[in-house]
Amino acid sequence: MSDLETFRAETRAWLEANCPAECRGPLENEEDRVWGGRNATYRTPGHKRWMEVMGARGWTAPEWPTEYGGGGLSREEAKVLASEMRRIDAQMPLSSFGIWMLGPALLQFGTEEQKKRFLPEIVRGEIRWCQGYSEPGAGSDLAAIQTKAEDRGDHWIVNGQKVWTSYADKADWIFCLVRTDPDAPKHLGISFVLFDMASPGVSTRPIVLISGKSPFCETFFDDVRVEKENLVGTLNRGWDVAKALLAHERTMIGAMGSLGAGRPLGQVAGDSVGLDDDGRLDDPILRARIADLDVDMAAFNLSMERVGDQVKARQAHPAIASMLKYYGSELNKRRHELIMASGGSDALEWEGERSREGTAARDWLRTKANSIEGGTSEVQLNIIAKHLLQLPGA
Amino acid sequence: MPLILTEEQTMLKEAADGFLNENAPIAHLRALRDSHDADGVSRDLWKAFGEMGFAGVIIPEEHGGTGLGAVEAGVVAEALGRTLTPSPFMGSGVLSAKVLIDGGSAEQKAAWLPRIAAGEAILSLAVDEGAKHRPAGIATTAERSGNGFRLNGAKGFVLDGHVADALIVAARTEEGLTLFLVDPKTAGVEIERTVMVDAHNAARVTLTDVEVDADAVIGAVDGGEGLLEGALNLGRACAAASLNGAGDQAFQVTLEYLRTRKQFGKLIGEFQALQHRSAHLFTEIELARAAVLGALQRLDAGREDAGLAVSVAKAKAGRVAELAVQEAVQMHGGVGMTDAFDVGLFMKRVRVLNELLGDAGFHTERLARAKGF
Repeated sequence: MSDLETFRAETRAWLEANCPAECRGPLENEEDRVWGGRNATYRTPGHKRWMEVMGARGWTAPEWPTEYGGGGLSREEAKVLASEMRRIDAQMPLSSFGIWMLGPALLQFGTEEQKKRFLPEIVRGEIRWCQGYSEPGAGSDLAAIQTKAEDRGDHWIVNGQKVWTSYADKADWIFCLVRTDPDAPKHLGISFVLFDMASPGVSTRPIVLISGKSPFCETFFDDVRVEKENLVGTLNRGWDVAKALLAHERTMIGAMGSLGAGRPLGQVAGDSVGLDDDGRLDDPILRARIADLDVDMAAFNLSMERVGDQVKARQAHPAIASMLKYYGSELNKRRHELIMASGGSDALEWEGERSREGTAARDWLRTKANSIEGGTSEVQLNIIAKHLLQLPGA
Repeated sequence: MPLILTEEQTMLKEAADGFLNENAPIAHLRALRDSHDADGVSRDLWKAFGEMGFAGVIIPEEHGGTGLGAVEAGVVAEALGRTLTPSPFMGSGVLSAKVLIDGGSAEQKAAWLPRIAAGEAILSLAVDEGAKHRPAGIATTAERSGNGFRLNGAKGFVLDGHVADALIVAARTEEGLTLFLVDPKTAGVEIERTVMVDAHNAARVTLTDVEVDADAVIGAVDGGEGLLEGALNLGRACAAASLNGAGDQAFQVTLEYLRTRKQFGKLIGEFQALQHRSAHLFTEIELARAAVLGALQRLDAGREDAGLAVSVAKAKAGRVAELAVQEAVQMHGGVGMTDAFDVGLFMKRVRVLNELLGDAGFHTERLARAKGF
């Protein structure tokens, strides 16, 4: 047996022994996700255990170095782990902005001390992070942020407001863009800092979305003290860190387009729409639209894998994340339109047990943000035109 | 396996692109077309293809080939797509070679594989009958007759059939499909060249009481379906690779135009309307690339899901190339409609490649059935 096959056999056995039955099968609800953190909630004790055993092994962040708590797996081993998890339909043990966004940026820009301090607790799901980027006057034009950090010797005093801060009301710490030089050109006066959301002067207010839910908050900073040791990267060069992190965020949002494991949508649609005598979905136009989506999703999944391989082989342009973000978010919106069309009037229910409090409709509405958050589709297309296609004046 | 080309595969790609740019650029296609060449395809070029090791890329070394796999065949097919070169590669080097490698007797292999690998022989696989690719509906029959069989039926879209040294005919026998090696000079075989919209060639082949010996059978009698499916899947993946080559080349030509053409005192590539459409197309082309390489790698690995991956690849590459050539003509404006500019040639070639071995609709349908709806 090759090393990889041995690894597969061992991984399969370990997953069989350690993945609780209640953590297998598709997530029924966004609320069932495990995010970890100081005030974590778990749908079942099994979900807590699943996060803990995976975190202890570093398999919540399989490719991070072991010295920072990661799994230390090679790209090929990580693919094996992912495919073995898919095989038993294992749920993601931990959803985490720490793993998806901050961690990769810290690995690239953080000091040794910062990496040792922050990464292991991210891997184990002990600290939940949120992202302080957008502001009321800085959406697509992110570098226009105004939240200011005044120098007080060994610390800064931060004042300002963030918006669209995902789960700010549930997060323990924030990674945040602040203006440290108001006189410099807008990209050159920004710094990337970390602080505790329990600090005096931090407050949050959830925003009710069209889905009726509040995954986002307004976040206010009123004379918040931030230690200088929590600066990531160089002072006033936080834009470099921000951009690198955005690439990870965009890949993450793009990955939403690759969801849809479990029972094929075409079969699910059959439950409500019915089948014809030949076993085909009894709505030829809907069937064709779902089949077209399946082709695009399969191609997108391979594209995600390919970009990952290109990154590993150092053949990828950093702006390639914009491609995944653009396509994946549009694909996810399309998928939810078809989920709604498949469900028909059943999918319209907003309240009650039968619709699980309107899960289909609320999830559908939530996806409309996918092509806005993390940079709109139009911003991604601008980036592709400028950096990947070198079109003039872009 | 990483979803990128290995170093050796990248070298093959550079060699194939280099060879075709040097020896068979688009001017080669134009010359064959404009001179009303009797064959419409160059046997000299096919020989040179053999010398380079491209013609026999999938043929085992013991039969004079290069002994490589599906990914490498796809690399050559993509290069041919870029230069729009008429070549027996698909009909002979991919489809027919694959049938013979998988199912040929020792004699059949010895007779044909080395000659394909050398670019000396042209073989054609005769599958399609109606206007659309529908291998499940093959109606051509082969009835037992004496020691052999008697074939009746009509085939179309037979690539290079008008210059073929041998035909491989798929026909219905008592319990299934059977593949036959047929000499085109056999009594009862009628071949009519069809010059297509892209100036590539195929043929209509009519079989009327064509008598063949038992040793004309490739593989087992009634056992042709799996053999055919294996060859068709490789051919489809290679056609998808050609679509990527043609679509991407049309896109590259268009990008260059956007960077140089001025209107309203600006380079037209400065207009956001065109930038966003270009960026969208770039994304689609990257997806098609991943889909095709994924399919080719799965074929090489003999994975169970290879057939479905091929359908995803052919459907995706087909739709994307179609978008690429539409955008190419539209963004070129009036000159895009002229015969003097190349972009129209890409549009024609993509139409043919889309129809070849099942269009996007055929393959999307196949995926839907496999997924149980």
